[in-house]
Amino acid sequence: MQLTVLLIILALLTVIGYQMGRSRAVASVGGRIVELHSVPSYHGFYVALWAGLPALLLFAFWGASEGWLVMQMVLAGLPDRLVQGDAQAIGLLRADILNLAHGVTTGREPDPEVVAAAERYVRLHALGDWSLLVIGCCIAIGGLLYARGRIDPDLRARNRVERTANIALVICSLVAILTTIGIVLSLLFEAMRFFAVVNPLEFLFGTHWSPQMAMRADQVGSSGSFGAIPLFAGTLLITGIAMAVAVPVGLMSAIFMSEYASPGLRTWLKPILEILAGIPTVVYGFFAALTMAPFVRNVGGSLGLDVSSESALAAGIVMGVMIIPFVSSLSDDVINAVPQSLRDGSYGLGATKSETIRLVVLPAALPGIVAAVMLAVSRAIGETMIVTMAAGLTANLTANPLDAVTTVTTQIATLLVGDQEFDSPKTLSAFGLGLVLFAVTLTLNMVALRVVQKYREKYD
Amino acid sequence: MSVQTHIPATAMASRPAAAGTHGTKMVARDVKVFYGAKQALKGINLDIQENRVMALIGPSGCGKSTFLRCLNRMNDTIENCRVEGLIALDGEDVYGKNIDAVQLRARVGMVFQKPNPFPKSIYDNIAYGPRIHGIASHRDEMDEIVQTSLKRAGLWNEVKDRLREPGTGLSGGQQQRLCIARAIAVSPEVILMDEPCSALDPIATAHIEELIDELRENYTIVIVTHNMQQAARVSQKTAFFHLGDMVECDDTEEIFTNPRDERTQGYITGRYG
Amino acid sequence: MSIAVTKSRYQSEEFSARLRRRYAAERRFRIAGMLAVGIASLMLVVLLGSIASKGYSAFWQAQIRLEVTLDKQQVEERNYTAILRQALYAQVPAATDRATRRSLNDLLSSGAPYELEAMVNANPSIVGTTQTVWVRADDEIDQFMKGFIRRDVPESERRLNDVKIAAIDALVAKGSIQSSFNTTLFSAGDSREPEQAGIWGAIVGSALTLVVTMLLSVPIGVAAAVYLEEFAPKNRWTDLIEVNINNLAAVPSIIFGLLGLAVFLGFFGMPRSAPLVGGLVMALMTLPVIIIASRVALKAVPPSIREAALGVGASPLQTVTHHVLPLALPGILTGTIIGMARALGETAPLLMIGMVAFIVDIPGGLTDSATALPVQIYMWADSPERAFTERTSAAILILLAFLILMNGLAVFLRKKFERRW
Repeated sequence: MQLTVLLIILALLTVIGYQMGRSRAVASVGGRIVELHSVPSYHGFYVALWAGLPALLLFAFWGASEGWLVMQMVLAGLPDRLVQGDAQAIGLLRADILNLAHGVTTGREPDPEVVAAAERYVRLHALGDWSLLVIGCCIAIGGLLYARGRIDPDLRARNRVERTANIALVICSLVAILTTIGIVLSLLFEAMRFFAVVNPLEFLFGTHWSPQMAMRADQVGSSGSFGAIPLFAGTLLITGIAMAVAVPVGLMSAIFMSEYASPGLRTWLKPILEILAGIPTVVYGFFAALTMAPFVRNVGGSLGLDVSSESALAAGIVMGVMIIPFVSSLSDDVINAVPQSLRDGSYGLGATKSETIRLVVLPAALPGIVAAVMLAVSRAIGETMIVTMAAGLTANLTANPLDAVTTVTTQIATLLVGDQEFDSPKTLSAFGLGLVLFAVTLTLNMVALRVVQKYREKYD
Repeated sequence: MSVQTHIPATAMASRPAAAGTHGTKMVARDVKVFYGAKQALKGINLDIQENRVMALIGPSGCGKSTFLRCLNRMNDTIENCRVEGLIALDGEDVYGKNIDAVQLRARVGMVFQKPNPFPKSIYDNIAYGPRIHGIASHRDEMDEIVQTSLKRAGLWNEVKDRLREPGTGLSGGQQQRLCIARAIAVSPEVILMDEPCSALDPIATAHIEELIDELRENYTIVIVTHNMQQAARVSQKTAFFHLGDMVECDDTEEIFTNPRDERTQGYITGRYG
Repeated sequence: MSIAVTKSRYQSEEFSARLRRRYAAERRFRIAGMLAVGIASLMLVVLLGSIASKGYSAFWQAQIRLEVTLDKQQVEERNYTAILRQALYAQVPAATDRATRRSLNDLLSSGAPYELEAMVNANPSIVGTTQTVWVRADDEIDQFMKGFIRRDVPESERRLNDVKIAAIDALVAKGSIQSSFNTTLFSAGDSREPEQAGIWGAIVGSALTLVVTMLLSVPIGVAAAVYLEEFAPKNRWTDLIEVNINNLAAVPSIIFGLLGLAVFLGFFGMPRSAPLVGGLVMALMTLPVIIIASRVALKAVPPSIREAALGVGASPLQTVTHHVLPLALPGILTGTIIGMARALGETAPLLMIGMVAFIVDIPGGLTDSATALPVQIYMWADSPERAFTERTSAAILILLAFLILMNGLAVFLRKKFERRW
């Protein structure tokens, strides 16, 4: 509430600052604008920036650290018997206080001290918000007055405003890098905690996966239930099925659309593939679970095969359908990048259209197509919803597409959904899997993007 | 694509059999080409004689390349391009029922402006045509064809040790000779060349010109060129195109020394073009 | 004919035979291509068809007409259940013994008493009178009315016993049961009872999430694109940023969920299940999409525009803000809408940050617990009731409608402002 008020006040102050700076600049030269170093609007921006920016930075800093600061203060005020213990106990305590503070009721009866702490937390929070409001307003008004006092015909307002804008642009472009760093660090950090209790080799090469058995940290080492090979195998199986559907269909669609279809037909076919690409994965998941899986099961049953109701085949086929437009649009790009002169050369020798495509165009486009397939594989490996909804949870180590298998993403999703003990190896194993997933997809993407770039350069 | 044959077959038969010792290989009668509504050729009449080099010259956009591409129906690959009139190879309408585009292009080969070797080995570049047409029945025969073609194109000595290397690794002039060898490998009767030297340096150009002169013995050649000296050097017959019309066609010497039309004269003396 | 005609090898019978085979191969190849697009189109039709055929019925809901007598005492005791039941027994003649009556109790939605209470609270003057009201039927009655529960199945395998079916028949005969537009679906939050469940809470949650996503990703994305395209020097550092953005665009969405869980929830201690966090995660996820689309749009503005502006003395920043950005705006907008549409359909990262909770209330702010439309679909898809399957499909249809609207807008903008230089 206070924060919203502060934001509104800041917005108002910047607008006022802009007007003030502008008019004061005009007034300072008695209306002869040519005598100003910068045009009046830059003086306006100059004052507006001074009014808005420092307060906004404070606001951002406060927003990022308030929760932590307040919690530290609350924890410091608690009796020793509660805050003694390992990091795990403290983590639980924090979660309890937060839950109480946000009005979430937990099953067990809370300790009165904890209730008091939660109340203190809420109070401090409110106090912090109020002081932020007051301090923020003071800073904003102070900045505004300071900048207003500096308005002068010789003030290099434009240069200052532009420098600030430039810095802002650079910071914005760094967000992407920070995101990557954030991903890597958070995955690494949490995965390290996981690998502290589970041997990484055992994780990567073990063939038995049942995280549910690991009730407490001290039991995990002996139970050996974090062998991820069945997950990797399941992921590969489903990805393989998906590719078996998506690559031929996607590639042939791309060829048909770019080489055979008349322009009229193309205007119909393109949107069909675009719609397929735009359907959310949760919809594919629903379709896989409710339509495709029973269908596959029935067909299998009528052939006398024993098909699991969560067969890898059903999930794989639907995932393949999802990836068709991805493969086809990427292949379309690379096929169109093959110069017409090569096609002409082939036609000039008396080749038919399909001979030209099979013997000249596709070999020439091969690097690009390989890259497209790699990107598609990376997409299939990372796809979550279809497998979470349609593939099973049982970690079977099998190559039979009619069996139920589980995948890396399914496990991540199920391990982290629902009740969470944030520090149990069961939860942390999701980050271990996430790290593997990230590493694999990143490698595939990097290599594929490299290949595509090389390929483009070749024909540009 | 629609083709209207206005000219009765007797019109062709009534033509004199040959100028000198050379028979007529290809005939064009009232050829009109449209790209959509735009007319690119306005009725071309031209005889192409066997075992001679015919040069097509004229300012850019005059339709000479368009005409060349009609001779082996390469215009088929362009959407909304329409050809009217008659084009005959050995007296047979190339747009008629008896001739298929694939078959025609095997008989009337083509070399393009920019060298366009396939991204395959030198060997496979040459073997491409023979393979699709099933010319060689076994390996030795194919090796033979590749060797002969490269020799005829004057490239053998330069590449015989690296037949398995990609054709795209050759220099521009070598690439163009590779493309000529590739065209020769399917033993065409006519070779069409669309400004084959425009992307090459003078030395490579000289190589190709020499080659064209040698190839004349076995093939009928039609070459589009921007370069009048080149036309004078390599061709026996020259046709001058202007704004979609064929203005004048005569022995090369005649055209360059004694042009009848003033547009031709203007062009060859460099007043425009 | 005086023209010498020598038959070449290409006119031989052998070549013709080979040519026929080659053309047969050509036809086969072409058919394979047609088959491929056919399969893709067929899958689309089957997908949409199966969802539409499952989902259309959810837009109607069976209601039962009751003559309720709002007895003053019962109203004071807030015993609306009893009021409704008495009205129901009055409608069904067979309701004389306890067993039948108990069976009939399930005919009405368990939410019906609350509806009635709300009605009374809104208009207290009706207490003591007899009113005709339409109340929602239980989901199984609804399914029966829609023909999804068959009466020719043996009673033991049927979800409705014969008593209930007889009662329904009696109600139908009197015209006291009707199917009307299911407004609940559009106005309610989640519920364990299908007939009381709606997607409004999820839509509000999605909207709040998207607002946060848009407010963050659009300014940052456009600014980053402007910097990279217009100001950045070409060096290894900007190459790194570029490679990084391209890779980020291909990182699986669930990884962004893990990032949100570890950083926003774990490190910064933000509330779970909040649209604020969902929006933050989605913003990071759509950022590369927006940067890439904006860069393409900026690239399409010809350099001559920049040169002209710089030539009359504009600073680089003025050139960009006054001349280049307005021209690139339609492209940026299109990219943004497509990015937002993608964020709207995204589910996996939201699962990680706890937006997958059973939430009945409509979220009122950025830090309230909320869910999102695709997550609602995910949760409903897990429910065994036939009525939830129907509602899941309906929710999907609504989600698709939003997506079509957004993408249609993008296509419209592109068509309207498309400019070729």
